[in-house]
Amino acid sequence: MNDTNPQFEQTRRKPWNDPRVRALVFQAIAIAGVFWAGWALIDNTLANMESRGISTGFGFLDQSAGFGIIMSLIPYDATMSYGRTFWVGLLNTLLVSVMGIVAATILGFIIGVARLSSNWLVAKLALVYVEIFRNIPLLLQIFFWYFAVLRNLPSPRQSVDVGGLLFLNNRGLYLPEPVAQPGFAWVTAAIVIAIAAVVGIRVMAKRRQMATGKIFPTVKVSAAVLIGLPLVTYLLAGGPIVWEIPELKGFNFGGGMTLIPELAALWFALSIYTASFIAEIVRSGILAVSKGQTEAAQALGLRSGMTLRLVVIPQAMRVIIPPLTSQYLNLMKNSSLATAIGYPDLVSVFMGTTLNQTGQAVEVVAMTMGVYLTLSLLISLLMNIYNRAVALKER
Amino acid sequence: MSESVMSPPKRNIGPVRWARDNLFNTWYNTVLTLVVGYLVVTSVGPLLSWVLLDANFVGDSPEACVGEGACWVFINQRLNFFIYGFYPGDEQWRVNIMFALLALCVIPQFIESFPARRWLGIFALTGLPVVGYFLISGGWFGLETVPTSRWGGLMLTLILAYVGILASLPIGIVLALGRRSDMPIIRGICVVFIEVWRAVPLITVLFMASVMLPLFLPEGMNFEKLMRALIGITLWQSAYMAEVIRGGLQAIPRGQYEAASALGLGYWRKMGLIILPQALKLVIPGIVNTFISLFKDTTLVLIIGLFDVLGTVQSTITDPAWQNVAIEGYVFVAFCFWVFCFGMSRYSQNLERKLDTGHRT
Repeated sequence: MNDTNPQFEQTRRKPWNDPRVRALVFQAIAIAGVFWAGWALIDNTLANMESRGISTGFGFLDQSAGFGIIMSLIPYDATMSYGRTFWVGLLNTLLVSVMGIVAATILGFIIGVARLSSNWLVAKLALVYVEIFRNIPLLLQIFFWYFAVLRNLPSPRQSVDVGGLLFLNNRGLYLPEPVAQPGFAWVTAAIVIAIAAVVGIRVMAKRRQMATGKIFPTVKVSAAVLIGLPLVTYLLAGGPIVWEIPELKGFNFGGGMTLIPELAALWFALSIYTASFIAEIVRSGILAVSKGQTEAAQALGLRSGMTLRLVVIPQAMRVIIPPLTSQYLNLMKNSSLATAIGYPDLVSVFMGTTLNQTGQAVEVVAMTMGVYLTLSLLISLLMNIYNRAVALKER
Repeated sequence: MSESVMSPPKRNIGPVRWARDNLFNTWYNTVLTLVVGYLVVTSVGPLLSWVLLDANFVGDSPEACVGEGACWVFINQRLNFFIYGFYPGDEQWRVNIMFALLALCVIPQFIESFPARRWLGIFALTGLPVVGYFLISGGWFGLETVPTSRWGGLMLTLILAYVGILASLPIGIVLALGRRSDMPIIRGICVVFIEVWRAVPLITVLFMASVMLPLFLPEGMNFEKLMRALIGITLWQSAYMAEVIRGGLQAIPRGQYEAASALGLGYWRKMGLIILPQALKLVIPGIVNTFISLFKDTTLVLIIGLFDVLGTVQSTITDPAWQNVAIEGYVFVAFCFWVFCFGMSRYSQNLERKLDTGHRT
């Protein structure tokens, strides 16, 4: 017999055949690669910026911007700094995102439920809606609303007049603006008290139901408190809101709230486009709840409203929420298409005009991408917390 | 029994019964049907007359467009620009050959019994891009070179989408495998890469590609605008692709991994022969969906100054020679995109039904 045992020889692996050694080597190569790429990137960028005479650093944020912005939620004029333009753009992005998310959710849920309607005509119309708007690029839809619809509206003098309160023309949509009068603080206080009361009622109702099994009409009472208390306070305080109605002064409207056409077009397009995706998510969520659940609920004697509220919707929401989160994220990111029609969002104001004027490409792009990264992570985090709250608890 | 089966009573079949079941079964459905039906009837009529009955089809100038209907003469006159962009007229046959080859490869995929269907599919993924590059850019075999700055229209849209999907597929597979790897550093790199690209809008990526890529590269190395856009689109798309493929990898039962290891297969053979074929098959519908969204997103290149099909139309409708043709132009582009996207989504639904081998319980 030989001294060496061939079987033993085989189990003692060569170092390059040992998975652990190989893993270490691969990872070392990966780190080296990433570092080398990063270093090369920074080195090239610095060299290129030097040869083009671009300065580095965030000092430019304090310089005066010198350009106007057609719409801003915070006071802004051309003498303010580039740092201010960043906040103006960011707030405009957030505004259109929130408006879009609210409208798309409402519209999406309506269309999604309509697709499951027992009414053939309604179901087919919802299907047509989904198939049309889902399959057309968002940018085209924004262009359509902006250039083909809103820009073709009549001039302010020939505005479309809805009851003397709403005016629609090629400068935008004019709405009455509520202006709070001195006594309004009482109404605000009443709203806060009403919300606190509703929370209290819910807790008490739940405790009472757990103890005695008696169901308290929480929804009806809550609604009554929420609407009633502020309304009574409002009337007692003598109606402390004055509606400022837009009026034609000279060539344009003054007073009231204005929705500029850029915002309106972006809002319509984002909402209508995203709603077609949300509708499909809602439909699949409702279909995912097995029919047996509905039948079991009915067998227990629950009325159809309660079946829907207590059995079907909570289970459907579990299926709906994760993809809905992605749609909200998409909508927020898609709001950057604003730059194509000149709505002053973050990309248009900061990555567009500010970048062009200062030439600080690296800083501006990094800040813009940082904002979207933060917002995305924030929305994901919030929706994940909510998702965990409604997730199936297996005991 | 010789007696034939009796047909159901007349009032239980036929359109009347159907309408009663589907349109007027409850009082609120009746109201809904009447209201919605009224809206449909009042809107379809004018729409139909605008698109067809009152529309102008023949002619060669804005004067041919009279009346209330759509001015399709405009589309007809500018069609060449919408399809080929600034591609020189004498060389457009090269693009046409590509269109024909593409159709030859893609259409059989919808026909179950077509011979050599699989080979045509493989050619579409491997040979066709190479042939297409040589044919369209020219400079070889005596073909005149056409710089990318002259590419445009529908042709450019298809090129962007096709290259984007082809290049992002392999990168996506590697990223997905990396994200599922046991090696913490490799996994970390892949997670960061995927999450960062997925969190930023495509516009910022395109901006970065057009403004900052020249800064990143060493002196003297430069790409033309189209190439830079393609790099941006590919990196962005591969992050989405990676997530789709990761979904497929997660859906493969643990037993498959263990069985492959038990057979003594190494990592690459385990993945290449056992896991990936199953995983990719599972997520083909998802891949098609990302393709659809990429196809629609290619329109964004007009923001960095490339003339895709929407870009060509957008630049033409402001032509003072033609008045008020914006809607016609947009309808034309919408129709182009709709046909492709709807076709792809139908194809993916077909595949889903066909590939459903009953894995899921």
